[in-house]
Amino acid sequence: MLLIPCPWCGPRPELEFRHAGQAHIARPADPSATSDAEWTEFLFLRSNPKGRHAERWRHASGCNRFFNCVRDTVSDTILATYKPGEAAP
Amino acid sequence: MTQPFRTEAGGQIDRSRPVRFSFDGRAYVGYAGDTLASALLANGVHLMGRSYKYHRPRGVLSAGAEEPNALVNVARDAARSAPNLRATQVELYEGLTATSQNRFPSLGFDLGAINDVCAPLLGAGFYYKTFMAPRGAWFKLYEPIIRHAAGLGRAPVAPDPDRYANRYAHCDLLIAGGGPAGVQAALEAAPSGQRIIIADDNPGFDSATLAGFANVTCLPRTTVFGYFPHNFLGLAERLTDHLADPGDRARERLWQVRAKQVSLATGAIERPLVFAGNDRPGIMLAGAARTYLDRYGVLVGKRVVVFTACDTAYAAAVALHRAGSQVVAILDLRDSPGGPEVAAVREAGIAVYPASSIVGTQGRLRVRSVTTGAGLRIACDAVLMSGGWTPSVHLYSQARGKLVYDEERQFFRPAGPLPGLRCVGACNGDLPESGGFLGVVPGQRGGPAFVDFQNDVKASDIQGAVAEGFRSIEHVKRYTTTGMATDQGKTSNMNALAIAAQQLGQPLPSVGLTTFRMPYTPVTLGLFAGAARGELFDPVRQAPLHDWAQAAGAVFEDVGLWKRARAFPRGGEDLHAAVARECRTVREAAGLFDASTLGKVEVVGPDAAEFLNRLYTNSWSKLAVGRCRYGLMLTEAGFVMDDGVVARLTVDRFHVTTTTTGAPRVLAQMEDYLQTEFPELKVWLTSTTEQWAVIAVQGPRARAILAPHVSDIDLAMPHMSVREGRVAGVPARLFRVSFTGELGFEVNVPAGQAQRVWDVLWAEAVKHGACAYGTEAMHVLRAEKGYIIVGQDTDGTVTPDDLGLGWAIGRSKPDFVGKRSLLREDLIKADRPQFVGLLTVDPVRVPEEGAQIVPVAAPAVGSHALGHVTSAYSSATLNRSIALGLVEGGRGRMGEVVHLTTASGTIPAVIAEPVFYDREGGRLDG
Ligand SMILES: [Zn+2]
Repeated sequence: MLLIPCPWCGPRPELEFRHAGQAHIARPADPSATSDAEWTEFLFLRSNPKGRHAERWRHASGCNRFFNCVRDTVSDTILATYKPGEAAP
Repeated sequence: MTQPFRTEAGGQIDRSRPVRFSFDGRAYVGYAGDTLASALLANGVHLMGRSYKYHRPRGVLSAGAEEPNALVNVARDAARSAPNLRATQVELYEGLTATSQNRFPSLGFDLGAINDVCAPLLGAGFYYKTFMAPRGAWFKLYEPIIRHAAGLGRAPVAPDPDRYANRYAHCDLLIAGGGPAGVQAALEAAPSGQRIIIADDNPGFDSATLAGFANVTCLPRTTVFGYFPHNFLGLAERLTDHLADPGDRARERLWQVRAKQVSLATGAIERPLVFAGNDRPGIMLAGAARTYLDRYGVLVGKRVVVFTACDTAYAAAVALHRAGSQVVAILDLRDSPGGPEVAAVREAGIAVYPASSIVGTQGRLRVRSVTTGAGLRIACDAVLMSGGWTPSVHLYSQARGKLVYDEERQFFRPAGPLPGLRCVGACNGDLPESGGFLGVVPGQRGGPAFVDFQNDVKASDIQGAVAEGFRSIEHVKRYTTTGMATDQGKTSNMNALAIAAQQLGQPLPSVGLTTFRMPYTPVTLGLFAGAARGELFDPVRQAPLHDWAQAAGAVFEDVGLWKRARAFPRGGEDLHAAVARECRTVREAAGLFDASTLGKVEVVGPDAAEFLNRLYTNSWSKLAVGRCRYGLMLTEAGFVMDDGVVARLTVDRFHVTTTTTGAPRVLAQMEDYLQTEFPELKVWLTSTTEQWAVIAVQGPRARAILAPHVSDIDLAMPHMSVREGRVAGVPARLFRVSFTGELGFEVNVPAGQAQRVWDVLWAEAVKHGACAYGTEAMHVLRAEKGYIIVGQDTDGTVTPDDLGLGWAIGRSKPDFVGKRSLLREDLIKADRPQFVGLLTVDPVRVPEEGAQIVPVAAPAVGSHALGHVTSAYSSATLNRSIALGLVEGGRGRMGEVVHLTTASGTIPAVIAEPVFYDREGGRLDG
């Protein structure tokens, strides 16, 4: 079970969290201005890297806040967690 | 009773406490401190099991967790019956009853041994090759026969009566293994005051020196079975399996430990040598023979042959010699064995034969003699073998540590420490240089030479697999099943690898190494289940009026974690009759319904309306204070995710309701967008699901029932409006809404006051001939009106337009979640599934929910379905069946006859409007 450092609450067991997909996928400011291809990319296309990966988690059984997390998908090492809006380290 | 193979003195057993036990119905006596294996050996019993596939007689091979042969069943009664226990780890207690497995009719005479005669036909891949055709025969004929003949023990037939405990723990240092290296690691760390846990699967590991440290927790009889990410480890502590009377104590305890640092001191496991007939009872690992002598005071034989390529077997030979066994010969594969152990043997006068080997053995149920490579036949009653030692890297491997091959000593060892993890002692490869041998002993002349004892895999199977073209050890493993038994190849993996490598003509490390997985040794399911069984299997959520419903005779159904009253049968009514009565009563008089499980979210703040504009399809800016609107929430992909009534209490405060099971999902979606996409909006979200109880009062008499108990709200309030005031004296939010099509109100009161309000309204309702109704009637009533239930009539691929809910889309809004997706090509095509009503031609016949909707009565196999039935009921109001479903282009097919599949053929139905009752909606006004 991962030990995930919530930026607000500190390290907590994975059980308290829900995974929320890849991080830094910005919703287009004006969706109606996007082409079908652009919208499809936003909706469905995600990376699946071997190694460093930025993803979102929600501290569902804690502060209920979303945050970002850089995890090595090979070793499961968590390299950083940070609040939404902050740049990826 | 005598124990002919027990030494006069020595060992850690308590000779003053004899322990009676039975094996296969025969009575024996051992001593306190014995394992089942050591006690049987003391009584001269080596034959403890039959092998998995060939039913060959098998004796104990080892003295520990790696045991592949001596798997037994230990039973206290029909329920407390545990199969496949390693006799080497079963602690003896007074009255222990053990039986052997996988034999019929008896261990000594087993009809299944015919497989051994047929062994040449039963090599690797036998099952795959032989039972290809005919297809059906596998399930009817071959599989039952094979399952009867092969396999391990039998599962108990009665429910497990034992309790299983669970404990979470944190520590600075967790040490797996209580041998010298583990205890040393604990002693080094203990003075610093760190919190230390040290676990060992033996009953009494050397923890005495640690007893003085309050910061050290010693866990005997505890297996560290799993190493999970971020230094999270699973430990299985056996609490009562060693007791004659377990009482009502928990049988086992699961420890879930988060450790800052882990030291693996898991030791090393000795390897067998691979030669013909190496599996006869009496042939065992040399180190095990020494353990039986040192720990249990047991001689494994009186006339012993040692076959080794490793110095440690010499020490065992000397020990047995001194204890009274006759060691007739030591056959060493090496040309010139040397070292202090060898010298000690020669001093003792034991004959050592260098460059020698065993190429065959004799004896049916016990080894009687061996044949050497030189053609000599040596009589004996036990053979001690040693092919060297393999570090126990299982947990290190589970922790995703990389292994490196030590060419010189022929084993894999940990490449180095990992963050928070180090290996110490033999586990780390810190073993004295003592020799070893991998692969098939040279000079074999035939006869099965076993590699994997538990799965009955022979050297020739692995050679054959390579000859058939398998290259990767992962494939060889799956084809031959070597290393795939419950022992995960603890004694066999290295030899299997070496044989495959030799056959491939490749260096051993390039063949690869299979991955070790948790658990290290088998773990009971009870350990994982813990207290989560029966009524505690899942949390149960009870609505505030649960007790009343129970007292009123409700039958309940599970909705998510909620228990909801499904119906309230009266005097002998079945469910069908109760639902029909409840529906009729609501339509003719009124009904009270506990709708408290509805999800509720309070959305508050200056930007609350704007926030809802973006989260729901509907437009909220112009919703007047005191009014309600049906809200539809989509996923960003444009599919219906949830629905509910939203009320505007003040300009900046909304009372949002969700479906019962959708509540957490809806709040998560709201929080997601609020926190990450629209953080500039000033909005606060609060789940109020459990704060408000909801009593629905529905039916033509609804207003009359409420009127005497509401003074400060004008009940002439319009449909889809909300008022705050008091109901039965309790502060309430009173909604005028309907999910039945009748005049309806929903009384929201604080959950703690729910019973009080219900009692008042119920007393009033009875005067009007009203009833309490359950979820089943609620479903029928809403279906008669064509109201959807998200999750039943939708499945995550349905758009608002598919449901005929296009009117709920705020098209003038610049944006809302899912809006852009509604223009996706796939979501606007003409043959989208559309929500329709279905009326069976035979009005009595109720279709099956989930039935396929097909265009012809007898569709060809594999032909295209038009859609499926989502809801189907028997409607008392309409005196016929009604159904709802999704049909391709359904709105353009009104009046068309389609066919609905059943388990036996199809039934015809006519496509109709999805509103079956009061299409004009006049009844909403009572
Ligand atoms: Zn948190």
